[in-house]
Amino acid sequence: MARNVRDVLDQEYLVARAKILELAAILDRLDRANGEAAEDPRYGLLRQGMELLQQKEDGRAERVQLLFSRPYQATWRDEFGV
Amino acid sequence: MQYFDPHIHMVSRTTDDYETLARMGCVGMSEPAFWAGFDRGSVESFRDYFRQLTDFEPKRAKQFGIQHFTWLCINAKEAENVELSREVIAMIPEFIDKPNVIGIGEIGLNKNTRNEVTIFKEHVDLAVQYDLPILIHTPHLEDKYQGTRMILDVLCSDSRVKRDMVLVDHVEEHTIGLVLEAGFWAGMTMYPVSKCTPERAADMIEKYGSERLMANSAGDWGPSKPTAVPDLIMVMRKRGHSEAAIRKIVYDNPLAFFAKSRNFKFTPRE
Repeated sequence: MARNVRDVLDQEYLVARAKILELAAILDRLDRANGEAAEDPRYGLLRQGMELLQQKEDGRAERVQLLFSRPYQATWRDEFGV
Repeated sequence: MQYFDPHIHMVSRTTDDYETLARMGCVGMSEPAFWAGFDRGSVESFRDYFRQLTDFEPKRAKQFGIQHFTWLCINAKEAENVELSREVIAMIPEFIDKPNVIGIGEIGLNKNTRNEVTIFKEHVDLAVQYDLPILIHTPHLEDKYQGTRMILDVLCSDSRVKRDMVLVDHVEEHTIGLVLEAGFWAGMTMYPVSKCTPERAADMIEKYGSERLMANSAGDWGPSKPTAVPDLIMVMRKRGHSEAAIRKIVYDNPLAFFAKSRNFKFTPRE
């Protein structure tokens, strides 16, 4: 049962607005903090995550999850000897 | 709406929480053995913990009309201690026939180490030996994808494992498809920050359908919300889902899965 765009925005617009504001505020806090955020790899992941949101294709949540995930190695059983 | 929380850690919640959950419609719950927040020192600690799960908690739940069921194991975090883990696994059969014990769990991986895999497999052996369902913990955050795939590798390569008797919990957007396509049950855990929200759980229900899928609060000692299942009910209602569709996720599916355990004796409310 698909809802129409207007219904989704009616329910989610303010929530999305609040979450964008939170991200904006976090980036501002990083700017005010001592040191260079870009030197921390987590900062790079956050920026990449935000860029993923701009993609037009469905499945952004899954792609963000994979961005923040350790990779799977198909050879893990050989490496563990199990 | 009456609901069943298939994964909640009431040993870490106050009795006030039982009352709140009862008022919000909870009629049953299942509590897997978990990491208490610190590493226990001996098998006797686990024996006392299992006594709490099989004796004290069902009595506490009953005061509020909630039927309490439990799972036994040594959790993935403490599984790094192989010697202690084997002592606990050897002790589990003492409790397997307690009235509210329905399976082995929550077993799985934490940081995806060799020791964790070893003990995970030995728990699977135990579950197969006693023909009991299995409840799986998939790792947190950045370890979840890798660990879930490793867990599925182990289960799918073991022909003794009955996939319809396995619930793989804490699935999220990048793991739910893997679990369902492999024929296992999937559980979505709704946490404020570190797992999915009721809204994202509703998204996954809409994308994957409601077969072999359930949702839980995994309420425990960390940041969590034991009323997360009622939150999901509200989200699904706001989106226009039928009462029958909601009830399938929060009541029918949990009962259908747990009925695969010979010890699961749930009395529906009239």
